[in-house]
Amino acid sequence: MADQAGQAAGPVPARPVRDGVVLGLAVGTSGLAFGAAAVSSGLSVPQACALSLIAYTGASQFALIGAVAAGGGMLAGSASAILLGSRNTLYGLRLASLLQVRGTGRLLTALGVTDESTAVALAQPGAAQARAAFRATFASLYVTWNLATAAGAAGVGRLGSPQSLGLDVVAPAAFLALIWPRLRAGPAERGVGLLGAAIALAATPFCPPGVPVILAASAALAGALAAPKGGSP
Amino acid sequence: MTGTWIAVLATAAGCYALKLAGLTVPQRLLAHPVTRRFAELVPVALLAALTVAETFADGHALRADPARLAGMGAAVAALLARAPFLVVIVAAAGTAAGLRALGVS
Repeated sequence: MADQAGQAAGPVPARPVRDGVVLGLAVGTSGLAFGAAAVSSGLSVPQACALSLIAYTGASQFALIGAVAAGGGMLAGSASAILLGSRNTLYGLRLASLLQVRGTGRLLTALGVTDESTAVALAQPGAAQARAAFRATFASLYVTWNLATAAGAAGVGRLGSPQSLGLDVVAPAAFLALIWPRLRAGPAERGVGLLGAAIALAATPFCPPGVPVILAASAALAGALAAPKGGSP
Repeated sequence: MTGTWIAVLATAAGCYALKLAGLTVPQRLLAHPVTRRFAELVPVALLAALTVAETFADGHALRADPARLAGMGAAVAALLARAPFLVVIVAAAGTAAGLRALGVS
């Protein structure tokens, strides 16, 4: 990977690659939790693996299995999972100029766009390091996440009931961990989070499972209209 | 089972398409500040909604399961201690599992 240091000063240091590989290994291990929670929600092992292979975006995957566990609401579940994946479009917009991928190279690069690969790539000082970091994070996280998903999905049946293992707490804890750094970004984020949570709770008694979460997206619209310029990094 | 496969494949295809769109569409599409801000805030609203829905919703009813709440409390404690993602999840599930093993339900 050190051969593309064209416009950067000097050769690419090992650090972007090392950071990406380490982060991929650390975060990818949570695929164990996803695989186990997916199967205990009613997905088959191949279905759990298909999500990790193709969707490859943790929050959306957890959102779908939440809807499946709630017993139906598949359309609403898919819709909220896909809506949640819309942040990856934003990441792609930011990465496009940095990664400079053309033609069919985009097809593979697109798969690798996640919270983690974007964070590591954007943290680099130059374009060459960003490309190296993106590839390293993508490779490490993709392989680890998918192996861990398969292991978690295949192993959960032998361990005991999902409830006795606390697997029903895995998805909400994962969502909380994912939103935590965003809540620290500013008061607008906290307001939108509170409003979204309130909308979901208020709508739960009246709507099919999954729909309250989609309705909560209106909190983001309110937040955007209230302060369109604030807080974008 | 077929319905689940459709949901799985639709979600997978949709998530991939959104990623590809980011690399393909013209940059000016998200140039408008309101559009841009909305796209940034959508995950915040949805993740907050998912967190409370998965913690409290039981079909149409809202229910507070003591073991689950304790698990979420453990997750908050782990996050405040700046624990990594997997540690947060293991702390939450382990707390709920431990309390249930002790008979809390």
